[in-house]
Amino acid sequence: MTETDHPDSVPPAVAAETEAAAPEAPPSEATPPETDGPGEVLISVADLTKHYGAIRAVDGISFQVRRGDVLGFLGPNGAGKTTAMKMITGFLEPDLGSIAVAGIDVAADRLAVSRRIGYLPEDAPAYGEMTVEAFLRFIAEARELEAADEAIDRVLETAHLRSVRGQTIETLSKGYKRRVGLAQALIHDPDVLILDEPTDGLDPNQKAVVQDLISSLSANRCIVLSTHILDEAERVCNRAVILSEGRILVDSTPDALVAQAPGHNAVRFRVTEGDAAEVAAALSAADWCAGARVLPGGEVEAEPRDGQNRLNDVLAAVGEHRVADVRVREGRLDELFRDVTRGVAA
Amino acid sequence: MSGLARRFTGMRAVLRREFHGYFASPLGYIFIVIFLIASGYLMVSRDFGRFLELREANLDALFSYLPWIFVVLVPAVAMRLWAEERRSGTVELLLTLPITLEGSYLGKFLAGWAFLAVSVLLTWPAVFQVARLGDPDWGAIFASYVATLLAAAVLLAIGLLFSALSKNQVVAFILAVAASVGFLLIGVPQTQEFVGKWFGGYVERVVSSLSLLDHFETLTRGLLQLNSLLFFVLFTVGWLVCGMLVLGQTKTN
Repeated sequence: MTETDHPDSVPPAVAAETEAAAPEAPPSEATPPETDGPGEVLISVADLTKHYGAIRAVDGISFQVRRGDVLGFLGPNGAGKTTAMKMITGFLEPDLGSIAVAGIDVAADRLAVSRRIGYLPEDAPAYGEMTVEAFLRFIAEARELEAADEAIDRVLETAHLRSVRGQTIETLSKGYKRRVGLAQALIHDPDVLILDEPTDGLDPNQKAVVQDLISSLSANRCIVLSTHILDEAERVCNRAVILSEGRILVDSTPDALVAQAPGHNAVRFRVTEGDAAEVAAALSAADWCAGARVLPGGEVEAEPRDGQNRLNDVLAAVGEHRVADVRVREGRLDELFRDVTRGVAA
Repeated sequence: MSGLARRFTGMRAVLRREFHGYFASPLGYIFIVIFLIASGYLMVSRDFGRFLELREANLDALFSYLPWIFVVLVPAVAMRLWAEERRSGTVELLLTLPITLEGSYLGKFLAGWAFLAVSVLLTWPAVFQVARLGDPDWGAIFASYVATLLAAAVLLAIGLLFSALSKNQVVAFILAVAASVGFLLIGVPQTQEFVGKWFGGYVERVVSSLSLLDHFETLTRGLLQLNSLLFFVLFTVGWLVCGMLVLGQTKTN
């Protein structure tokens, strides 16, 4: 990727210098001045609401996504993730609320917005009878790209599709199909990527390939992806939004979510000499301890009240009992997820 | 970019893709072969066109049966165009590209129409034969081709609407055939007689003015009358606009 085909990759200091040196330079139409530089808001969603009949699919959600953000939409099936993404891309019209992408109102100018967005719809639909290359050429033509050949070459490389460029899409495996979907979303080198369940239904190896690909794309863009795989959010995203029944329950970082998760920094160990139940009882009595119990496998687990790492306190409380296999557990996002989303359903 | 051009943004890319699509699968070739066999058969058959028996240097035997062949074959050309997009979910991809709904709709229509035009022009050996055997009225032959293309356009616009209406290609096909047959039956003498008997001469004249077959016949006689041309253009545009409205509702289902 060169700097000429991606003006936004100019570092802010350089950009400022360039502006100072050439103040008369007319602002380019494609990149309005207020959207230059890293960190600016690329997606701004306010009070977004959508009903399907009596069902409220999306219920007044608001958030902003900045350049450099990889935002994960988490939530159970039917939480409104896909609906929200369809509205951001302009495919669905919201009942209420507004969406701006790169400062452009989606309702007012969907075409301009679509030029700034790369979108991978759920299940990565593509024209199965076309070859990979013909399909990408169609997308390039629809996007009126001037250097179509270069763009196609670039995304074939990025998405590791060179070896199948001449194959018809319907003959490809799921992993390849997904990468074809990503390639078409990237062909115009967009600022904003919207990826609806990019790894759903892939095998673990294919998942890893797609996740690595997404991570490699995150610099200098803003990516919104939906998933119900929480490990994926931890691996790929720097921000996580948990949706349930159309509402935002949590908007945080995956690390912070892990720290809030039940059982974060719980200490587990095996008692090699002495009575495990006695040790658990002793630990439970400590004031920092939220509770300690003997697990079905015979191990003891002590959970701290404040989520801090209490390994030293645990070892002190163990006393003269001999213990082994001591480890501090990380919070599990899926447990937090279950806790949070269940609260709504109940 | 002017407002109208902007409204049809993306039409060219869709048109090209769809037109190539007909030749990328066996469907297009099968269609052409069936069309040519059917039109050739009806032209020379003793029960229908009787081209050989009449010994006249014109192509009425060919053209007068084309609308009835189109009733079945044009819906076959149209059924895939939107039903398949909606079934496979590519409609979401298509309409989140810088392509408008109107642009993609018209692009698909023009692609189907261009494909039908190719099929129709492949009847050239019949023209060649008539020219070899006699001295045909070239004006009438030209007008007949125009009429055939216009009839194809109307029926294609009907087929496209039903393709936008149903995700199932077979359902889209059957509904389009039914609607096209209905549209043609308005023009047969029996219907007109029936209408005249029950509703009077005025209604009969209205119904007759809506008859595709009557206007088609006027044109194939070599009379490029404005009202007949307008009939085809207005009905085609009307069905296209209805189809766009339908697609606007069904695209997200």
